[in-house]
Amino acid sequence: MNTWINLSALWKIIVIGLAAGAGLPAVFALGLRALNPSSASEAPAEARGSASSGISLSGGTVIAGLCFAAVLAGVGWGIYSIVHGS
Amino acid sequence: MTGNDILLTLVVITALGFDFTNGFHDTGNAMATSIATGALPPRIAVAISGVLNLVGAFLSFSVAATIASGLVETKLVTPTVVFAGLCGGILWNLFTWFFGIPSSSSHALIGGVVGSTIAAAGGHGVQWHGLVSKVIIPAVMSPVIAGCVAAIGTYLVYRITRNVIEGVRNRGFRIGQIGSASMVSLAHGTNDAQKTMGIITLALIANGSLTSGSKAPAWVIVSCALAISLGTYIGGWRVIRALGKGLVEIESPQGMAAESSSAAVILLSSYFGYSLSTTHVATGSILGTGVGKAGAEVRWNVAGRMATAWVFTLPMAGIVGALAYYAAHGIGGTGGVAVIFVVLVAAATVFYLRSRQTKVDANNVNAEWTGGIGVAPEERATAGASA
Repeated sequence: MNTWINLSALWKIIVIGLAAGAGLPAVFALGLRALNPSSASEAPAEARGSASSGISLSGGTVIAGLCFAAVLAGVGWGIYSIVHGS
Repeated sequence: MTGNDILLTLVVITALGFDFTNGFHDTGNAMATSIATGALPPRIAVAISGVLNLVGAFLSFSVAATIASGLVETKLVTPTVVFAGLCGGILWNLFTWFFGIPSSSSHALIGGVVGSTIAAAGGHGVQWHGLVSKVIIPAVMSPVIAGCVAAIGTYLVYRITRNVIEGVRNRGFRIGQIGSASMVSLAHGTNDAQKTMGIITLALIANGSLTSGSKAPAWVIVSCALAISLGTYIGGWRVIRALGKGLVEIESPQGMAAESSSAAVILLSSYFGYSLSTTHVATGSILGTGVGKAGAEVRWNVAGRMATAWVFTLPMAGIVGALAYYAAHGIGGTGGVAVIFVVLVAAATVFYLRSRQTKVDANNVNAEWTGGIGVAPEERATAGASA
């Protein structure tokens, strides 16, 4: 309908761009939070320990794993779209 | 070796030279935020970006065709036109790099080629509709879209992780930042290396070495990939500094949000056939992270200066491209191109020597922002960019 702007591509770029560009960092953030639950009262040194080692397989860890897996899937889709781009 | 071969050789060398400036001008698009937050040491960052640009250049060849066709009437293009256009692109890239302005290398190239085409064939040699719909409109919209995505992303990550201890949060996001910045590097190699491949292919077609509609030969692909990768590795520290320190004081959650937004918008746009400027997207994203974080300071005057330079990129590169064509054509033949080539090398040398007086490198790229790239007066940069 419009030879100047490809509107159908534009809204897809905006919607998918929001989902991937803002959504994936948010999912990553959820993963980080799941890994470090309500650590406001802990001392920074202890929190650092729990972030890198000594994580028991709790619900938080599983959620974090799912979140990070979702982010990796998004990255994989990005690389796939480069290789098989338009 | 005939005069024609010499001419074509000069064009190819100039095109690879442009590709090199494209690399170091744009390193900051991917790596400025990672360097600013300390997610990666500066030299490691440019090395990763260089390698990923190299890989990216081999991943896809869809943009290469669009840069040449659709913007100018390719049958009116001669090797001299391509050469003059490249001169415009290189000189504008060096000028903006010197002042630490992240202007678009794609626009510099397109402006230069359009300018030299107008000089050679007149205004009808340019496909104006293609220029507006494929270059100018995306250039206006892409930083806004990227900025909005980055602002929302920034707001979300700070909101979600507000109870996570700051040190833990920053370390986590630094890892995310490295991943997202790597995606931008990969996308940059895919997009921008192809633009030079397209230009060299255009010159080969203009010379009759290739038939119209040919794909880029393997040696073109390999040499362009190497040139942009090497340029990226050299690192445009002046632009990195302006993007990473000049616009917004960036923390790692913002850095990840910015690069994720850039990567998503660049990849989606090239997926849908928009060839857009990675620079505009990256700058928009970094501004967006400043808007999305409560209390962050955004230096709108720096952003305004960059935007001013963007507006001037197409016409200024075009004027230089046109002048280069008139000069080369006026002197005539291969000799004319050779003379302009020498002038171009001399001008590049002057820019390089002048830049050493206010040197920005891996050691001082993250120094406190005091209103300018180096010790050079900021006002001069402003005047220079808008002159």
